[in-house]
Amino acid sequence: MMNEELKNLISELLPTAVFEEGNEWLGVNVEPQDWLAFAQQLSNNDLLKFDSLFCLTCVDWKTHLTMVYHLRSTHFRHHLVVKSKLDRNKAEIETVSHIWRTAEFHEREVYEMFGVNFLNHPDLRLLILPDGWEGKNPLRKDFEDPVNMIKL
Amino acid sequence: MYRTTDILTSSTSGDMVINVGPQHPATHGVLHLVITLNGETIKKIEPHLGYIHRSIEKMCESLTYRQFIYVTSRMDYLSAHINNHACALCVEKGLQIEVPPRAQVVRVILDELTRIASHELWWGAMAMDLGAFTPFFHAFREREMINEIMEETCGARLTMNYIVPGGVMMDIHPNFQKKIKEFIVLYKQKINEYHELVTGNVIFENRMKNIGTLTAEQVISYGCSGPVARGSGVKSDIRKLYPYEIYDKLDFEEALETGGDSYARYLIRMREMEQSIKIIEQLVDNIPDGDFQAKTKAVLKLPKGEFYTSVETARGELGVYIVSEGGTTPYRIKFRSPGFSNLSILNDMVKGGKIGDLIAAMGTLDLVIPDIDR
Repeated sequence: MMNEELKNLISELLPTAVFEEGNEWLGVNVEPQDWLAFAQQLSNNDLLKFDSLFCLTCVDWKTHLTMVYHLRSTHFRHHLVVKSKLDRNKAEIETVSHIWRTAEFHEREVYEMFGVNFLNHPDLRLLILPDGWEGKNPLRKDFEDPVNMIKL
Repeated sequence: MYRTTDILTSSTSGDMVINVGPQHPATHGVLHLVITLNGETIKKIEPHLGYIHRSIEKMCESLTYRQFIYVTSRMDYLSAHINNHACALCVEKGLQIEVPPRAQVVRVILDELTRIASHELWWGAMAMDLGAFTPFFHAFREREMINEIMEETCGARLTMNYIVPGGVMMDIHPNFQKKIKEFIVLYKQKINEYHELVTGNVIFENRMKNIGTLTAEQVISYGCSGPVARGSGVKSDIRKLYPYEIYDKLDFEEALETGGDSYARYLIRMREMEQSIKIIEQLVDNIPDGDFQAKTKAVLKLPKGEFYTSVETARGELGVYIVSEGGTTPYRIKFRSPGFSNLSILNDMVKGGKIGDLIAAMGTLDLVIPDIDR
């Protein structure tokens, strides 16, 4: 499906969606509270069939965090990038690990690196960082640790 | 990383918790698995990561677009050249640089040589995991020839760092074509030996068939790619689906199996090596003359925006996601590494199976730990 058709279909499903064009793939901004219902529609809708979440990450914009979900349909071969703005001090969003199983590990990584709390995640704890790192989030822009220095 | 609480809670139910790794020969690196067993049956398997985590993504934020490519050689060190390639493609996409045909062909030849070298190492190590030591030496003998080609042309054997935005760092070595042709002749004889040693061997077949079976739905949901996905019949070869460089002009097949078990994944990698040879044969005599590097500015500045490219490494889809603010360094980089997603399926794959089959199943995921931890 072309970006234009995708856009029409998605604006029917979620009238509050804000589109972002100009990149290779269509981008959609959704509110965190709309994300779970929207994700279910993306995966179940017969015309969309987004069955593969191939990249899940987060970007720290200093004023807020943005979750970025890259979705692909292995059936129709179309792509969609979903973004959701989160409050930096109270970063919370629903998990999608029951829709796309790959999200379970990726969300754990974002949880420890950015401090995003995924609601209803089955097993939300540190994956890569050692015990005792809760609360310090290395990939946030204000992370400074003279002992465990990362910045080159 | 090793949590005493896990062990205390599960020991009361009569289950046993054992640790495999972080220093274990079969995990090929510092992977730590905490396995809950009921008798010999695996109830749960939980990877504990981070022993080789260097936060490459954070490091890249303070490196320029020319520098960060070299750090990525240290992610999946068996596909170092292909990692570099992915990063260079992403920068070239942002700056809209046209890569000269000579560089494109050289890049693809080296990509495929890297793939063969990586699969050779996997094949030897896989056989060693299952108890046979001889294949390891056979594999390394041929892999050594590829390493020599790399050493002459790129100046390094493992972390090549040969690709720069706009082309390759220097021209190929005068022996490049001659050595590759010698390798192809030798390899075509040796591949039959590989099949004789392992593929048709009844012990290996019995240990790999119907072990670690994955369905196509599972594979897609877990975001698996590369030979793991293709072993379950999912078309996932980025070279075919979203061609980059000159792959759309080349004649090769995407290896597909429908078994979904360890044996299917084994066959995929064996067939991929043959396809890589086929690609190299088409190109080795047809390296176009001309520049090996496009003219680029000394300081690269990506325009404000987001760029995503993916390539097919020996393990699957490697995605590079760059968020640029218009400066000389990336604002944020995410590497979508194939190993991370492939590892996440491990629990589903071996749950309910026997501990003795764990290595036969995990071995065909072809995990490289620095690629998972990054």
